[in-house]
Amino acid sequence: MTDHPSSTGGGTRPGRFGSYGGRYVPEALVAALEQLDEARLKANIDPAFQGELERLHRTYTGRPSIITEVPKFAQHAGGARILLKREDLNHTGSHKLNNVLGQALLTKRMGKTRIIAETGAGQHGVASATAAALMGLECVVYMGTKDTQRQALNVARMRLLGAEVIPVSHGSATLKDAINEAMRDWVTNVETTHYVIGTVTGPHPFPEMVRDFQRIIGVEARAQVLDLVGRLPDVVCACVGGGSNAMGIFHRFIDDESVRLIGLEAGGEGVDTDKHAARFSTGLPGVLHGAFTYVLQDEDGQTLESHSVSAGLDYPSVGPEHSFLRDTGRAEYRPITDTQAMDAFALLCKTEGIIPAIESAHALAGALEIGREIGPEGVILVNLSGRGDKDVDTAARWFGVLEDGLHPDGLHPDGLEQQ
Amino acid sequence: MNGVGAVLAKTKSEGRAALVGYLPVGFPDVQGSIDAMVAMVQAGVDIVEVGVPYTDPLMDGPVIQHAADVALKGGTRLKDVFAAVRAVADAGAPALVMTYWNPVLRYGVDRFADDLAKAGGAGLITPDLIPDEGAEWIAAAERNDLDRVFLVAPSSTPERLRSTTLACRGFVYAASTMGVTGARTTVGDAAEVLVTRTRLMTDTPICVGLGVSTGAQAGQVAAFADGVIVGSALVRCLTDAASREDGLAAIRKLSAELAAGVRAGR
Ligand SMILES: Cc1ncc(COP(=O)(O)O)c(C=O)c1O
Repeated sequence: MTDHPSSTGGGTRPGRFGSYGGRYVPEALVAALEQLDEARLKANIDPAFQGELERLHRTYTGRPSIITEVPKFAQHAGGARILLKREDLNHTGSHKLNNVLGQALLTKRMGKTRIIAETGAGQHGVASATAAALMGLECVVYMGTKDTQRQALNVARMRLLGAEVIPVSHGSATLKDAINEAMRDWVTNVETTHYVIGTVTGPHPFPEMVRDFQRIIGVEARAQVLDLVGRLPDVVCACVGGGSNAMGIFHRFIDDESVRLIGLEAGGEGVDTDKHAARFSTGLPGVLHGAFTYVLQDEDGQTLESHSVSAGLDYPSVGPEHSFLRDTGRAEYRPITDTQAMDAFALLCKTEGIIPAIESAHALAGALEIGREIGPEGVILVNLSGRGDKDVDTAARWFGVLEDGLHPDGLHPDGLEQQ
Repeated sequence: MNGVGAVLAKTKSEGRAALVGYLPVGFPDVQGSIDAMVAMVQAGVDIVEVGVPYTDPLMDGPVIQHAADVALKGGTRLKDVFAAVRAVADAGAPALVMTYWNPVLRYGVDRFADDLAKAGGAGLITPDLIPDEGAEWIAAAERNDLDRVFLVAPSSTPERLRSTTLACRGFVYAASTMGVTGARTTVGDAAEVLVTRTRLMTDTPICVGLGVSTGAQAGQVAAFADGVIVGSALVRCLTDAASREDGLAAIRKLSAELAAGVRAGR
């Protein structure tokens, strides 16, 4: 296995991962997708592009990100060794910037001047606004109103960075509806505009391209774990919203057959309720947002609303490569409930002094569960995809740590549904 | 032969463009939508696009999004689409079902094609299925003698105009502007340019949609297209109506105005 990304998804047709993926879009977008595919394939083998991206990662993102061993946290996981890949330490606070910087450079290469983005937790929107400011691009971010409320801090960050944030109130008013609205903008303005999709879903080439921009996580982490432990980890854990941080850390390990790859989905209030985002528990293959993949849907193929305490995992579909990895058995996927995630969140705060994003807390909860299964000899690598600053208000309400009236209100009085 | 071919041959022989009207099933409710489709046919619409309401209509503007929302909240199901198709066929117009792809996938592509043919339907218009991904549907359509209408857009390259029109049967749907559905005050030059470019590739009739809302606009488009497609403006008749009767009256009035428009165009 080389360190180069593969240009096909392992499927039989371009843009397919087994039977998943494809390009289910209006014809009006096809020319732009072909332009993008050409640009990114050229960039993949262009030393000037790779050099510029590498320089930005070194001098702006803060790469390589470190790994941190968390022994006190691991005591609660049956004693297995747990190592965190610290994507939370990247500039803007999550893995999202890895992808956005790559796509922003491509935008300039394609001669476009405007980027649009969808965002759930706001991390991808913040990363997009940041890259736009850095590179002199106009930036518009679509965000569901449910998410503008629970992630108000990130709305403010995007606006400070000079982006326009457009709240989307129809449908479920979350990530799915923000993507619909961004697609509508894109169809209308495609000549000047690049749509920076924030995860490994959407029409080809997005799933492959975003994975290739994120796989630096696994490339670095694999070498770092070998260096620290002297062997490969037994398990790699990551939370799965659309699936970009998970594909990013999984991809370099796919050929390492001894390494289990485990994705943690939002189990919400439980997969036996209708309030969750566990696509691999109750979803079925179908089409959403341009890709054939697992989708939460009813008998008529209508998309069902998802639910999660974490805005970034609150999405009824999942990147098509994950569907392929799951059907072939190369990766496993498990649901983590809101409560399990929040317990893991609190535990990492108190035992290690690290406040994780609630999304990433799902991966931590997975590590606790898996650690107890594999025992004290095991080594688990966890992708800590983001930091929890954006989630402080949600967590403060969840745990009731502030006296009434002390919440940073005016931001979002109804920020948390649970209460 | 099923399909819209015979109607488009007839309108051509009359020296005019066809009028194609879109309404979604279930808005304001199932029976109300069926009544409106029949009224539209009686008032001069030649071909009906029977819309399937869908949770994530990313090619649609606010008017049709709202209608789909109301339809789904009111409990509209896929089986209601077949009832609407039957009613339109009985009223004497071909019914093309306009649907996003996932409802058809979930129902089963072959089963959907069989049931559509059984209901007397003419075929499908698929806004988010390009022929490149449509092999299964094209085969099912062929078995059932159904039309498949794919879209071309101002951004389509010559190669794509060729391959897409080759896959079409019935007509080619030319999306007049880059954008989503919704009435516009002007129908720009892009539509005529696109029709000219598309004609270089195919003898299949070309109908133009996106943005037409008045008889005058229909006349303008009829001057260069084989059919004029009207959606949001018709839906709006129902959105804005104070009562069911008012809605049907508005549909009849607009349909008649548009029907006069497509006859005045040449
Ligand atoms: C910190 C963090 N982790 C994970 C996710 C989920 O996205 P993905 O599954 O694409 O990594 C998000 C999305 O907003 C996020 O902000």
